Amino acid sequence: MESTAHDFKSNVDSALANPNLQDSLAMLKVGFSERRRLAAERLPEFEVLRDRARDIKNHALANLDFYLEEFERKVIGLGGHVHWAPTAADARRIITDLCKSVGARTVAKSKSMVAEEIALNEHLEKAGIAPIETDLGEYIIQLRNEPPSHIIAPAVHLTKDQVADTFLEHHGPLGFTKRLTERNDLVAEARYVLRQKFLDADVGLTGANFLVAETGSSMLVTNEGNADLSNTLPKMHIVLATIEKVIPTLEDAAVLLRVLARSATGQESSAYTTLNTGPKRDGDLDGPSAYHVVILDNGRSSVLGTEMQEILRCIRCGACMNHCPVYGAIGGHAYGWVYPGPIGAVLTPQLIGVEEAGNLPNASTFCGRCESVCPVRIPLPKLMRHWREREFERHLTPKAVRQGLALWSFFARRPKLYRRLTGLANRVLSLFGRAQGRYDALPLAGGWTRFRDFPAPQAGGTFHAQWARHGGTRTRP
Amino acid sequence: MSDTESSARSHILNGIRRSLQRGPLTGEARHAVEGRLAAPPRGPDVARARLAQPEKIALFCQWAETNNATVARVAAGDVAGEVTAYLARNNLPARAVMAPSPLLDGYDWESQKMLSLRRGRGEGSDQVSITGAFAAIAETGTLVMASGPDHPVTLNLLPDTHIVVLREADIVGGYEDVWARLRERYGKNLMPRTVNTITGPSRTGDIEQAMELGAHGPRRMHIVVVRE
Amino acid sequence: MSTSPSRPHRVALFVTCLVDLFRPSVGFAAIKLLEDAGCTVEVPPLQVCCGQPAYNSGDRQTTKAIATQVIDAFEGYEAVVAPSGSCGGMLSHHYPGLFDDDPAMKLRAENLAGRSYELMAFLVDVLGVEKVAARYDGTVTYHDSCSGLRELGVKAQPRRLLGSVEGLRISEMKTPEVCCGFGGTFCVKYPEISNAMVGEKSADIAATGAGTLLAGDLGCLMNMAGKLQREGSTVQVRHVAEVLADMGSIAPIGEPDAVKR
Repeated sequence: MESTAHDFKSNVDSALANPNLQDSLAMLKVGFSERRRLAAERLPEFEVLRDRARDIKNHALANLDFYLEEFERKVIGLGGHVHWAPTAADARRIITDLCKSVGARTVAKSKSMVAEEIALNEHLEKAGIAPIETDLGEYIIQLRNEPPSHIIAPAVHLTKDQVADTFLEHHGPLGFTKRLTERNDLVAEARYVLRQKFLDADVGLTGANFLVAETGSSMLVTNEGNADLSNTLPKMHIVLATIEKVIPTLEDAAVLLRVLARSATGQESSAYTTLNTGPKRDGDLDGPSAYHVVILDNGRSSVLGTEMQEILRCIRCGACMNHCPVYGAIGGHAYGWVYPGPIGAVLTPQLIGVEEAGNLPNASTFCGRCESVCPVRIPLPKLMRHWREREFERHLTPKAVRQGLALWSFFARRPKLYRRLTGLANRVLSLFGRAQGRYDALPLAGGWTRFRDFPAPQAGGTFHAQWARHGGTRTRP
Repeated sequence: MSDTESSARSHILNGIRRSLQRGPLTGEARHAVEGRLAAPPRGPDVARARLAQPEKIALFCQWAETNNATVARVAAGDVAGEVTAYLARNNLPARAVMAPSPLLDGYDWESQKMLSLRRGRGEGSDQVSITGAFAAIAETGTLVMASGPDHPVTLNLLPDTHIVVLREADIVGGYEDVWARLRERYGKNLMPRTVNTITGPSRTGDIEQAMELGAHGPRRMHIVVVRE
Repeated sequence: MSTSPSRPHRVALFVTCLVDLFRPSVGFAAIKLLEDAGCTVEVPPLQVCCGQPAYNSGDRQTTKAIATQVIDAFEGYEAVVAPSGSCGGMLSHHYPGLFDDDPAMKLRAENLAGRSYELMAFLVDVLGVEKVAARYDGTVTYHDSCSGLRELGVKAQPRRLLGSVEGLRISEMKTPEVCCGFGGTFCVKYPEISNAMVGEKSADIAATGAGTLLAGDLGCLMNMAGKLQREGSTVQVRHVAEVLADMGSIAPIGEPDAVKR
């Protein structure tokens, strides 16, 4: 997908001016965080499970090569195939070739952020293969030709009415000519339309939440059951997963599952958690006859061993964006690429370059709410700060910021001079502002006073001036 | 594997090793991870996954209902009657596709004269399916289905209504107990093609974050727990 | 109040730049609260800033230089207390990580970190203060500033002390823990987002019906006060230390002095 991350500021403006989006975000901010809080409270062991989840992912990352080879060995042993894709282009080529090898005309796709990352749909279409998104949210945005705005709720930016209009436009030609007004009717219509597409699809393509090395299983978590239809009905099942998805054992999966659904949607468990291990067996009455796993790197191996490594623990639950006040204000599209919110602010510069996505790690107050809910305890603010450091080192920080910072730091490193400067600032700001108590406009502070008043300092000089004046003792105003 | 694929493979694996500043795992380090795979350490105990059997059953039923399934607890002799009654209560046709599992043979389907059963895999036209379950998880009210000739996966997914006949003895505490049963049944490190763990009917929150049932899989799930 | 022998007595106040420049009364309030709790308070004269503007802009070298300066200035005090969770958190949680490549400095940074506190946490958790002698008539609402809350666990302490203020009643916001949108330089680098965040905060504040907004960080307070005042709200905004130190009669943030002194 084409990035608009460099246009972050204008993306923000349109997001803030979009009333449908703002209505959806108002709902999201309350709903997801409240459900997660209740789910965490219902499980007394939740915090120790988060610790263990973090440790498991750290262990897997430290032994990633071993577990990937082990996973591959098990898949092959059960008649499946493993393909290694160093780059996005490699993965696209492998998947397109696999589809062509069975003469596929349509591919039933279950929501995969990695497929978005490598812009798979565009490439399949170019090869004459029609990708059909089957997750309801993904289906809706595919019809509207929009990117997802949330990693687990891709159409969260849309209202029911927008969905109704989209369905009328696209399902009308199929005979569904009534504009629907109820959510359950919209769901039923999509189910009906997609069911036939599932039955007709030649290939089912899914992502994976985890790859289990012990058994060679890919593990998928959904609520709709679309992934399960994708991996059951077509004759070929392709799993697309990135290297950091591998975990050692089923016991480890149990720990991660316990934190995943609760963090994501506040459910005790998602409706469907599925382990797929190889193709259809002798005697099976259904299932795909071919099973392929495409393991994609796309720059992740180079993150290992760096200060950014912790981002590879991410299990894509979306809790960070559900709790992020910045995401809550601007939604997912403003981030300009596949991964929005705090995880996007760290991952996007890694995947498409900090020159392109430099705004994202800066657009954070470091409020820390993302880290406080992350099921694998990724220190997201710290990682965003690392990006800011890299930007500063590479002179990518905006000139005005650099100059302001240099000036400020000149004084901050010279306490006596700083004292004189603040004393002067205090007097000037106090002199002109004391009568009103505040300013509604101030030179050089337009970013502040456009939206807020600026308080004038108290009378009587700076704290240090007063303290010195009174010989270093407390004065009572 | 072609040359390109084999070089892609070593490209990735060597890249990982370069970043981790080591070669392939050998000696003590390799021994340690192999040992961890062979004897998987369990995660922190979850108290509610460790109850006595009667409480486990009750907890399972409670969570299954919370997750929008319906539950009936009946004696083995009443299973077939409960299925017919459920279909009638919900104005559903007395016609179903049933898993070709010997476990389901033990119930008195013959007694239900109006009920028409087909054994086999699910098709797009099926409205009701009846299956057993490999196990069920009390912790979350989750059913565990292991695929095989006796349990086609399509039965879990295609029909609008899924009726599951579950033996009390198959209700276990947590995921770990399911893994143990899978290893016992299929062999260590071996798995059936598909293990579906299913918690209530299919659902979606994709329109305005409001939960709607029956997105792609069954809209209704009825669990018949067989008393022992 | 129990007096344990290990209780720090010689306390250094980390004034913070914003308190120094805009609201000295917060510093004096902090000193009063500390002295009332039995401490001797000193104000090391060479202190300036904790370095967050540089730190959060990615300028690590400047941050280290400033941190070194702070570490020097606060050498030898039993405890360093800041009327700010943000600056307190910088000293206690972020300084050591700056010196990973300098073991000697790292040791000194860790030493400072181990004796640096946010004011509310220090009063309640370390000094064991349970009540204050103060009066404030009216309903207040309390905003949990992010660093204090999530880095330092400041949540119950200010509420506990406010509970002992005569005449004061607390009315909680729906989401007192959600960021107000200040974020240091964030609020001027991304003013539109910041405005959306603080706008939501002001609505939450208004819904409590409280006449006064309190918090423990002057940056957040100036941001929220500025927004409330721009919207024409009459909610008074004050630092929690001022109310606890019985200095609730001075002019609120951004308001003119009521009477000429």
